[in-house]
Amino acid sequence: MRLEAKGISFKYGKNPWLFQDVDFEIEAGEVVGLTGVSGRGKTTFCRILAGFERPVEGEITLGGKPLQQTGVHPVQMVLQHPEQAVNPRWKMQKVLQESGPLDDALRERLGIERTWLSRWPNELSGGELQRFCVARALAANPKFLIADEMTTMLDAITQAQIWQAVLEAAKEREMGIIVVSHERNLIKRLCDRVVEL
Amino acid sequence: MSILEVENLSISFQQYGSGLKRRTLDVMSNLSIALEAGEILAVVGSSGSGKSLLAHAILGILPDNAKTSGDIRYNGEVLTPERLQSLRGKEIALIPQSVNFLDPLMQVGKQVRQSARKGDAISRQKAVFERYQLAPHVAKMYPFQLSGGMARRTLLSTAAVSGADVIIADEPTPGLDETVMKEALENFKEFADEGRAVMLITHDIEAALTIADKIAVFYAGTVVEIAPIEDFTGNGEKLRHPYTKALWKALPKNDFIPIPGAQPHLDDLPLGCLFAPRCPLMTEACTKARPEMRDLRGGKVRCIHAT
Amino acid sequence: MKTNLSMNRRQRTLWTIVLGFLLLMAILFSKTWVNTGNILTNLETRNVAPSFEHLFGTDWLGRDMFTRTMLGLSLSIKVGLLGAFGSTAIALILGMAAATMGKVADQFISWLIDLFLSVPHLVALILISFTLGGGYKGVIVGIMATHWPSLARVVRAEVMQVRSAEYVKVSRRLGKSNGWIAAHHIFPHLLPQVLIGFMLLFPHAILHEAAITFLGLGLSPHEPAIGIILSESMKYLSSGLWWLAFFPGLSLLIVVRVFDKIGGSLRLLIDPTKAHL
Repeated sequence: MRLEAKGISFKYGKNPWLFQDVDFEIEAGEVVGLTGVSGRGKTTFCRILAGFERPVEGEITLGGKPLQQTGVHPVQMVLQHPEQAVNPRWKMQKVLQESGPLDDALRERLGIERTWLSRWPNELSGGELQRFCVARALAANPKFLIADEMTTMLDAITQAQIWQAVLEAAKEREMGIIVVSHERNLIKRLCDRVVEL
Repeated sequence: MSILEVENLSISFQQYGSGLKRRTLDVMSNLSIALEAGEILAVVGSSGSGKSLLAHAILGILPDNAKTSGDIRYNGEVLTPERLQSLRGKEIALIPQSVNFLDPLMQVGKQVRQSARKGDAISRQKAVFERYQLAPHVAKMYPFQLSGGMARRTLLSTAAVSGADVIIADEPTPGLDETVMKEALENFKEFADEGRAVMLITHDIEAALTIADKIAVFYAGTVVEIAPIEDFTGNGEKLRHPYTKALWKALPKNDFIPIPGAQPHLDDLPLGCLFAPRCPLMTEACTKARPEMRDLRGGKVRCIHAT
Repeated sequence: MKTNLSMNRRQRTLWTIVLGFLLLMAILFSKTWVNTGNILTNLETRNVAPSFEHLFGTDWLGRDMFTRTMLGLSLSIKVGLLGAFGSTAIALILGMAAATMGKVADQFISWLIDLFLSVPHLVALILISFTLGGGYKGVIVGIMATHWPSLARVVRAEVMQVRSAEYVKVSRRLGKSNGWIAAHHIFPHLLPQVLIGFMLLFPHAILHEAAITFLGLGLSPHEPAIGIILSESMKYLSSGLWWLAFFPGLSLLIVVRVFDKIGGSLRLLIDPTKAHL
């Protein structure tokens, strides 16, 4: 199954175009790096792919059909700052269950300890929170996962742990991954090909 | 003599758990570290390892429920809270990680001039703007009109004109693309070349390696190793602490293979060595007592097995 | 270092709340424990200064002032409760509507908020109460209709903030409906704010009720309301019967302060920047 973006243009209100006429495609199971100078709208482009924003022009199709706007989105995104992506008033168990019933295998694969489930978000470090965000995204069974600077704020060991888990899961499920990162070594390590925006 | 010395610094927080019981969390234990003039010390560790707390302790901006013990000495003189108040921003300057630390309602030129204490503020501000390639008209702009790069150079200018001898930079690089990052790191190098001491707090060991002289590795609220950057090479054979080795091996440019497990939580710290539960070298002795910091091969390490 | 006997701040705060609550409950249900016979006219004990038998003294008709004050306060608290409850409900509904029902609704409600904030509480309250013919209904409706604007503004801002939070957007992409998001993300976020808003509205409601009753535009003179007691006692102040105004006034002040204290304590408990002191 292929995710395809054709002629995507975007701007906020009456501001100048952030980007215009961008084409992008990714096959199932593929790992694609997305790079470019900061300020070129990489994050906004990813948000469009994941359904957070609607493009001003252009169309996104999955397997030839346009993406539906309701229901579980087949393209899930993990953001740079996990603190903003979890409700601070929820215990971690509830955060994880938002995308479906608890999956112990997935939890253990991401190194999430059972005792963390009964904690509040502010009691966990950024690395621990990000594991939850990844687990939550994967439990929604997405066809594609977008990692927008997913491990930028994390130490090297946590970064490697999370990526190992994500790559394994992607292989099993034939899931495609879009990697946005400014770290050249990481992109080189992870991606089958790299696209410059 | 070191310009800034931290000796046996411990910090604990009073916190409420569930319900009414108040408990004490030891967030930092027996931390010792020294900053030398003309040197860049990188403080590296994961989030929750206490590296930002160290900066806050040095600047005296810990929250009210924190209790500290141990000494922080500046030029050999113990820093009391009052003394600190008078040094902050003058002798010790912080370069914050975010542009949000600029006053949104004040022209940036004025903000920079306010930090200058010696000499003619206006000419110093002009000189520093020229050095960081900020056009003269930028001085009349407000923070919201600046691009990310300009704002960062403004923050640097503030520290530069302050004439502070100790500069602490808290996570200055995440999310910067390569050219901008290089430029930012170059700036810190310039500070050190002028004879100031720079403490670079970051989780990005690769960025730290490009400019630092020494790296202090933090884990669960203490320093496990202080090593010169030359030791970060090959498979990490020259490194002393097993955690540092693991950190080095997990980098994408090296093996990209992580060790399992996670940093212990502050309310559930092991009795012995803090790294013992994840350590391949763990023996029974490790679980009994916290190892002391000791000198080893031109660096320092907190591990009984390190050779 | 303090001894083990001293409480930490969270314990002290909780005790403040519990004691304050008990005191208010005792006053609210004073009908069950004071001797209501004491407020009948008894000309033999007229104008008695405060004593152990008559803690707050008696008035010119020989009625026990302590009993009158308690019953008056009880009535005030009831009126305050109803008024604050109604105001909070209006604030919640309008605030949520402004934040979720689109631009036109938002502009209209914001205009309404500004309108009500621009008129002094008391003036609007008197107008509404007077139009409805005074009495219970007039006062309560008046309080409900005048005390909601600042809380509505808070609710509106909070809802807007939560709606634009990243975790709510993520929730949408995970296929959650608007109703689910309102129930699980937005409402739990609002609840503590609204609860505190409610507690802090209370003293306003009581004082304003007493004020317009004092002015003769609120409850009828037959009710043992605190405002009535105070306005009657004004006539006797010059004749040296100081206790007629002093004790009821002080009691009203204490009740109002207790509410304020409870609201403030609740806020301290949930304010994350102060929660660990």
